Amino acid sequence: MFRNQYDTDVTTWSPAGRLHQVEYAMEAVKQGSAVVGLRSKTHVVLATVNKASSELSSFQRKIFKIDDHIGIAMAGLTADGRILSRYMRLECINHNFVYESPLPVGRLVLQVADKAQVCTQRSWKRPYGVGLLVAGVDQTGPHLYQNCPSGNYFEYIAFAIGSRSQAAKTYLERKYETFSESSREGLIRHALLAVKESLQDEELTTSNCSVAVVGVDESLTILDARNLKLFIDGLDESASVPAEDKQADEDESKEQGLGTSDGSGSDVVPMETS
Amino acid sequence: MFATGIAEEDRKGSYVDRSISRPCNFEISQQSPVTHTQYPYVTGTSVLGIKYKDGVLLAADMAGSYGSTVRYKSIHRLKAVGSHAVLGASGEISDFQQVTQYLDELVLNDYMWEDGNKLGPQEIHSYLNRLMYNKRNKFDPFWNSLVLGGVENGQKYLGVNMIGVHYKDNHVATGFGNHLARPMFRNEWREDLTLEEGVKLLEKCLLVLFYRDRSSINKFQIAKITEEGVVISEPFALKPNWDFKAFHNPTLGADGSW
Repeated sequence: MFRNQYDTDVTTWSPAGRLHQVEYAMEAVKQGSAVVGLRSKTHVVLATVNKASSELSSFQRKIFKIDDHIGIAMAGLTADGRILSRYMRLECINHNFVYESPLPVGRLVLQVADKAQVCTQRSWKRPYGVGLLVAGVDQTGPHLYQNCPSGNYFEYIAFAIGSRSQAAKTYLERKYETFSESSREGLIRHALLAVKESLQDEELTTSNCSVAVVGVDESLTILDARNLKLFIDGLDESASVPAEDKQADEDESKEQGLGTSDGSGSDVVPMETS
Repeated sequence: MFATGIAEEDRKGSYVDRSISRPCNFEISQQSPVTHTQYPYVTGTSVLGIKYKDGVLLAADMAGSYGSTVRYKSIHRLKAVGSHAVLGASGEISDFQQVTQYLDELVLNDYMWEDGNKLGPQEIHSYLNRLMYNKRNKFDPFWNSLVLGGVENGQKYLGVNMIGVHYKDNHVATGFGNHLARPMFRNEWREDLTLEEGVKLLEKCLLVLFYRDRSSINKFQIAKITEEGVVISEPFALKPNWDFKAFHNPTLGADGSW
């Protein structure tokens, strides 16, 4: 994309009818590391490629729990993403306070999209530089949405954004017809295989990817290192699907006193799990 | 004389020399606090609600009392909210009408979303709770006891709300119903009441209320909510029995006036 004289201001149209600043914001999303989402009739899975800026650092957290029934994965300026996730959490919690019931995913996504649109029409603002894949379950079933910096949103059966996402999308396009009937484990497998495509040369390990699942009967969970490892190891055996180490998971969560834990990589600097 | 309020001329902005036009006591002009009406004018009496085998039944009469006068006799105190809930109200009728206005806006909002999501009875009840409690905190309450009955995903819901106090039960009542009908419910209510049994139980209680509650009339409506939806009956009357022996010759035993 070449620089031109109509791209300084987000409120300046180009003669070709484009808002270049908004398009540049979408470029920022494409620069972020890949994020993949897919859904079945009962579950939605998000998987991300985690990039650590150096061997000494921990990776950027890209998956956020918004509510028990909604989670997001972001690509692009994660700082912008954190602001949006704070907004989404507030909306969910306010809705829950008044109605004592979970906010429908589509409505939250629309609110985020409207918020993003505002930034494309004010001269003193700039568009959010982050793309979100929003996974959630509500009264009408499981949903996967994408939010763009442009203020657009789309619903998908499966999608990928970020750098080298095309490789993941190609994999998803090949397999999407099987997703609807997939089991939870099968869906996670597909997500990891899609992420693997985006990694190209690197090996898939617990330290360079994260996975989150939410389902009709399951609150949003970010897979912890142990379970993630089981799935990754299970990828090599094409037929079998690993049974999750549920008992050990329960013991661990009893220790921590919580149900979910961060997808902290065991090979990287140990992070506080909370 | 306090200078409360702003004179018409002042408000319109034209100059008025207030120093000579009106005797004014120039003590610190105290503005009394803004108050809201805190007593009801036109009121409805009891609302009854019971769960039964297939859903929920609500019942209420159609009287609107103006103090001790039974002034209005066709007040609808049971209103459908959305497709699977009914709201019944006792207390100030105008407040009830305002509440249904708010709820209609909510339902319209849902309709405009067209995304398949609907407000269920539990959500409506929570919303009402917040509404009532908020108003109460501003010393401007909705003077109502609200009964919300509904069915969602096979779950029957029956709740009461009043100044932000809310509770749920298998059988509920407001006002006089609490004293006269609840004991009868406690004796006779069962989880698996059929529609006929449920209606009979309600009618029995409505009749007792008609005998004993001076603000009730013999004109009722019963609302039925099931998985299929909401049905509110046409107004009907019950057959009271005034044929008690004591009523035959009321002056018998009274030794004349003094």
